[in-house]
Amino acid sequence: MKDRQEGYRFLLPAAVVLLFVTVYPLFYVFWLSLHRRHLIFDISRFSGLENYAFLLQDERFLRALWNTVYFTVLSVGLELVLGMVVALSLQRAFSGRGIVRALVLLPWALPTVVSARMWEWMYNTDFGIINYLLGVDVNWLGSPFWALNAAVLMDVWKTTPFVALILMAGLQVIPRELYRSAMVDGAGSLYIFWRITLPLLKPVILVVLLFRTIDAFRVFDAIYVLTGGGPANTTETLSIYAYKVLFQTLQFGYGSTIAMVVFLCVGFISVFYVRLLSR
Amino acid sequence: MNRTLKKTLNWLVLCVVVLWSVAPFVWQVITSFKPSVELATLPPLLPASPTLDNYISVFSDRPFGRIILNSLVVASLTTTLSILVGSLAAFGLAVLRPRGGYLFLGFVLTVSMFPPISTVSPLYIIIRELGLRDTVLALIITYTTFSLPLTIWILTNFFRSIPRELYLSARVDGCTSFQIFYRIFLPVAAPGLFATAILVFIFAWNEFLFALTFTSTVRARTVPVEIALFPGVHEMPWAEIAAASVIVTVPVVLLVFLFQRRIIEGLTAGAVKR
Repeated sequence: MKDRQEGYRFLLPAAVVLLFVTVYPLFYVFWLSLHRRHLIFDISRFSGLENYAFLLQDERFLRALWNTVYFTVLSVGLELVLGMVVALSLQRAFSGRGIVRALVLLPWALPTVVSARMWEWMYNTDFGIINYLLGVDVNWLGSPFWALNAAVLMDVWKTTPFVALILMAGLQVIPRELYRSAMVDGAGSLYIFWRITLPLLKPVILVVLLFRTIDAFRVFDAIYVLTGGGPANTTETLSIYAYKVLFQTLQFGYGSTIAMVVFLCVGFISVFYVRLLSR
Repeated sequence: MNRTLKKTLNWLVLCVVVLWSVAPFVWQVITSFKPSVELATLPPLLPASPTLDNYISVFSDRPFGRIILNSLVVASLTTTLSILVGSLAAFGLAVLRPRGGYLFLGFVLTVSMFPPISTVSPLYIIIRELGLRDTVLALIITYTTFSLPLTIWILTNFFRSIPRELYLSARVDGCTSFQIFYRIFLPVAAPGLFATAILVFIFAWNEFLFALTFTSTVRARTVPVEIALFPGVHEMPWAEIAAASVIVTVPVVLLVFLFQRRIIEGLTAGAVKR
């Protein structure tokens, strides 16, 4: 009984820090989102839900929402498929496996800002290696059509390793006997994949999807450095739009409203996956 | 026949994957050794007259040394604090098991999903009011907090895997729970602590949004912000950016190569139940 009492004392420092630096700001951002507030002019006026109503008329917001959804769905989808291919082929033991795993981890471990700079240079219209290798002359980051897809490709490059590694760990937990007995029964590898691997891997896949969807939805660094949201806001995601409203125009009220939208969407995504997981 | 085909296919996938992962970084390394004039001509791919100028000018023309120091201070103090506070909480949750522990763990997991953009505006106001703007302290506090969920989650799983008899027998011998924590559990959990520390360090070394918002000068600016804001007088100094990227990637590459096994253990600890 005494143990349990003492347990609280061990939790206390973490609880205090988390309450003060994450929970309190969250209430604060909601409070800010109900105001018209400008940081320099020291204007602050309670405006109720006006900011939220304005969201629906704000075409730039709707555009950012669409960009975010497009980026999330496309990049997470590609990462899952490619990650699965990689995981399945790296699954069996081979010599030099440690080095391969380290090399594959590299993109994931690089600072996002650095990888954005790397890709920006490779995408360069005049001197970029991508145009050189493909023998074309495309303005990847300057074209409204290509820019967002270019960002997706970079994200796929950076996070597929992460997906693959977690899927690999999941594959290793599947009992070997299941595969063996299926093979004895004469099942083909496609059948084994659909009927054994995929169902048993489902919880791990859902966890990966949860992490990746949330991360992709709140994407900031990668696109902010790669394109800054341009050209003509065609790559502007919700986080970037919120950041610009907050720290470039200093409208802390409306900026916080957009930030709240990101929070609510991420909350919704999490609940969705957690319910799938607990089924 | 089918077997060899399968094997070849596997090797092919393997080669493509490795090439795909490494190629952009290799290109960045090559670029970093090119003199600026050579950037504008594409064949040849390799520098005709390789130079270290870009590496030198990153340090001589820019306060890059100071910025790396800032990043090192922020990342190492964040790691220490996060492990300290996180391991206490994890020990409490996994071993002492207070009532409502599961609720607390649920709360911690919820916090880990908070988008940074959603708390950056109030945190900015708070930090400004506390007079902490443009200090490394502001970053250390924020990073420690945002890394805590990961730390607590991994370490709770780790402490749970340590046999409970260890705790019970030490109890019988009259140890206080704090003594049990740092004399027995911390040493036993050293590999887990290490794995967690690497992940937290990488997170703090790479973080961008908070660093961009809370710092304004060389006093507290960190590496990612410097690289994102790399100023060019006339045009983008691509070769210097490449050199700077290579320099700041070195610590991360070293960590990955030395400890890939531990990193993967840490990463998969939460995702895969054994």
